[in-house]
Amino acid sequence: MRHKILLFMLPLFISISAFANDDVAMADVMRSNGKIYIVVAVCLTILVGLLLYVISIDRKISKIEKE
Amino acid sequence: MRKNWWKILCVLLLLYTVLAGFLLKVPRLPILNETIRNMYFHVCMWFAMMVLLLVSMVNSVLYLNKLNHRYDIYASTYASLGCLFGILGYITGAEWVSVTWVTDQGQSFASVLKEPKLLGAGIALLIYGAYFVLRGSFTDIDKRSRVSAVYNIFAFAMLFPSIWIIPRLVGSLHPGAPGSDSGNPALDKNDMDAGMRAIFYPAVLGWTLLGVWIATLKIRLQLIKDKNLLHQ
Repeated sequence: MRHKILLFMLPLFISISAFANDDVAMADVMRSNGKIYIVVAVCLTILVGLLLYVISIDRKISKIEKE
Repeated sequence: MRKNWWKILCVLLLLYTVLAGFLLKVPRLPILNETIRNMYFHVCMWFAMMVLLLVSMVNSVLYLNKLNHRYDIYASTYASLGCLFGILGYITGAEWVSVTWVTDQGQSFASVLKEPKLLGAGIALLIYGAYFVLRGSFTDIDKRSRVSAVYNIFAFAMLFPSIWIIPRLVGSLHPGAPGSDSGNPALDKNDMDAGMRAIFYPAVLGWTLLGVWIATLKIRLQLIKDKNLLHQ
């Protein structure tokens, strides 16, 4: 049982030791390449938003059609 | 759900278009730079417009054949969606012009205005504008459907010279004009590499399906509204 708990906490120790390191893996993706990923995220957000809106209209019309 | 598989395909293709279109490699070309990625958006608007207007024309022919009010609703809705995509193509084109032809290529505003593709697409959209004016000017529904169906076929026929033939005959700033190496505007192997094609054609399909989707929503609403007319 104790082994299992230690095994479970192993990633935690690794991450604590990693904080001392200079080249830590951070969430750098959104900041790299001149921040192009932000633009992609923004466009995706708009596209997904619009598509969800179209889907919701589609469902509403389907409901009216059944009546 | 089985009937809606193409809507799921549309969502997936558009997500793929934005993700792959922004992140995958494109050829490094002077003047164009990264704006070559507009191929996946600006050009697709025109492809979607052509498909939607073709569907509209086919429905007008069907209306004249069967004189069923349903086909009139189909034809007018697809025409309006086609025009929406045409207008979006125009606006995105204007944005693209301002950072390539005008600034980097040193074209004057006058030479951009003389661009045959702009003029042709403008004429085509105005002809379709007249289609909606014509529809609005009738009080009799049957007369409106019949006359506008005939006009719609003429409007589609005018697409041939205005956007497919004349811009290919005269000098143009677009790729594919006489004098440049490629034949078909921007679709020649000199203009687009295999990697771009793998995004461009799915993008065309995705945007077209989105147009069809919105059109079917409008049609279904109109069919509910005109229930009494259709059951006669």
